[in-house]
Amino acid sequence: MKGDDLRDLYQEVILEHARKPRNYRVIETPEARHGQGFNRLCGDRLNIYLDVVDGVVRDASFQGSGCAISTASASMMTQAVKGSSVAEAEALFHRFHALVTGREANGGADVDLGKLAVFGGVRDFPARVKCASLAWHTLQAALASPTSEIVSTEE
Amino acid sequence: MNRPLSTPGAPSDAGYDVAAVRADFPALHQQVHGKPLVYLDNAATTQKPRTVIDALVRYYSHDNSNVHRGVHQLSERATEQYEAARQTVRRFLHAASEREIVFVRGTTEAINLVAQSFVRPRLQRGDEVLITALEHHSNIVPWQLACEAAGAALRVVPIDDAGQVQLDAYEHLLGPRTRIAALSYLSNALGTINPVAAMIRTAHARGVPVLLDGAQAVPHLPVDVQALDCDFFAFSGHKLYGPTGVGVLYGKRALLEAMPPWQGGGDMISEVTFERSLWNRIPYKFEAGTPEIAGAIGLAAALDYVSNLGLDAIAAHENDVLEYATAALRSIPRLRILGTAAAKASVISFVLDGIHPHDIGTVLDREGIAVRTGHHCAQPVMDRYGVPATARASIGLYNTRADVDALIAGLHTVLGVLG
Repeated sequence: MKGDDLRDLYQEVILEHARKPRNYRVIETPEARHGQGFNRLCGDRLNIYLDVVDGVVRDASFQGSGCAISTASASMMTQAVKGSSVAEAEALFHRFHALVTGREANGGADVDLGKLAVFGGVRDFPARVKCASLAWHTLQAALASPTSEIVSTEE
Repeated sequence: MNRPLSTPGAPSDAGYDVAAVRADFPALHQQVHGKPLVYLDNAATTQKPRTVIDALVRYYSHDNSNVHRGVHQLSERATEQYEAARQTVRRFLHAASEREIVFVRGTTEAINLVAQSFVRPRLQRGDEVLITALEHHSNIVPWQLACEAAGAALRVVPIDDAGQVQLDAYEHLLGPRTRIAALSYLSNALGTINPVAAMIRTAHARGVPVLLDGAQAVPHLPVDVQALDCDFFAFSGHKLYGPTGVGVLYGKRALLEAMPPWQGGGDMISEVTFERSLWNRIPYKFEAGTPEIAGAIGLAAALDYVSNLGLDAIAAHENDVLEYATAALRSIPRLRILGTAAAKASVISFVLDGIHPHDIGTVLDREGIAVRTGHHCAQPVMDRYGVPATARASIGLYNTRADVDALIAGLHTVLGVLG
């Protein structure tokens, strides 16, 4: 296979999730929280749905169109946050953001990334950091407000 | 600035020696991720020939001064070169007078100027502005702003599946309330060349003035604004091998003279008191403040460069590469070309089934190949085809069949990595 750095970015786990995204559905319970993400660079849109009860994410799902990186990121994120507390999900966001940007974590340094560590290759592709982080920014918006609010990955 | 082609090497079928031309562009000769750069993003911006870079360096090294102000030597030199650049633009567009040439920041500013100064004052509630479904955001949003302020409506001529403007719909939509038709000459997203001469005749028969967005057209097609009889023509320097930050609005003299100023400031007035000001004559009425002097001089160098090669020769060469690329891309499995108009130039937009354009762009970049991926500032065009984005290769005067071969090899790598 050509290009080892491309292999670092497009790890098999990522490609597998991009082809067969998990939790690709709408959560339709009346109290479900919803966040909308928008990547200005490419026009991709993402919807994140959360079912949060007593500070615990009982269910997480997404829908939208995106590249392999953003689709896999959303898919694996929904798996990662399901069953965790809101505080744990926030900590995971900070840890993940530090991983893909290569910057120091703003909290959450002791959080175990688990499978999400496969996104470590993204840091060598600065143009793609937004693709990996869009789902997480959108998750934050969904956690912050039950009313939907469009976030973008512009910082 | 009128330097002929640097090397008199054997002319190609295209009428010029492409290898010699490539040697004129320093930025083409570099490695990206360890691979030789293959630059196929010319519709976004073009690389600059040495003559343009030298013109900028020479101006800032020797002649830098403000224009139309000083009596000193440097100001005279700067003014002389700035006004000579205006003459060069006039010749390039075949305009009747240099007073019809307004220097602006780019196509976007030129269109905003016409929207605010020409259209906005004559726009009443219920009036209409007509554009096509092919437009770049810069030929959509300025009209939305003007229409919103006046309670007017923006009408859009649809395109067919090939990406061609539906001319019967265009005739139908040109109504008694249409105050301007603002038309792309060459689509940045699909490469379609619109039949603008006929569209202008139709509009004029109904008394509707026409603005042409020529941003993508000028690097690929000879333009004669008098033969076209367009009322306004806008283009940017940087898509034509010139500097960023400078562009041109051509407007028919009578129209420009009747228009109010757009921005106020120095250079655009003939007399100022606190009670009132008298406007300078055109084109200075529309050039408030210190203009992009170096940029205008650099643009003139770019126009000289392009004119020395000849736009007919450039078009012939680019069309050869475009046809070669179109046939080669069709051989890639799962690839679909968007925009298959009979009249096309430079641009090939495509999608690969199951692979997002961003992923295509990242893999190609690692192979040293620069293409644009995204919506190309033409989201309505993307919506028309039901895709969020495409990958776009766009050909310039220095591209070769070898560049296309590299792209094809790169796309096979894309399929290998992302299958």
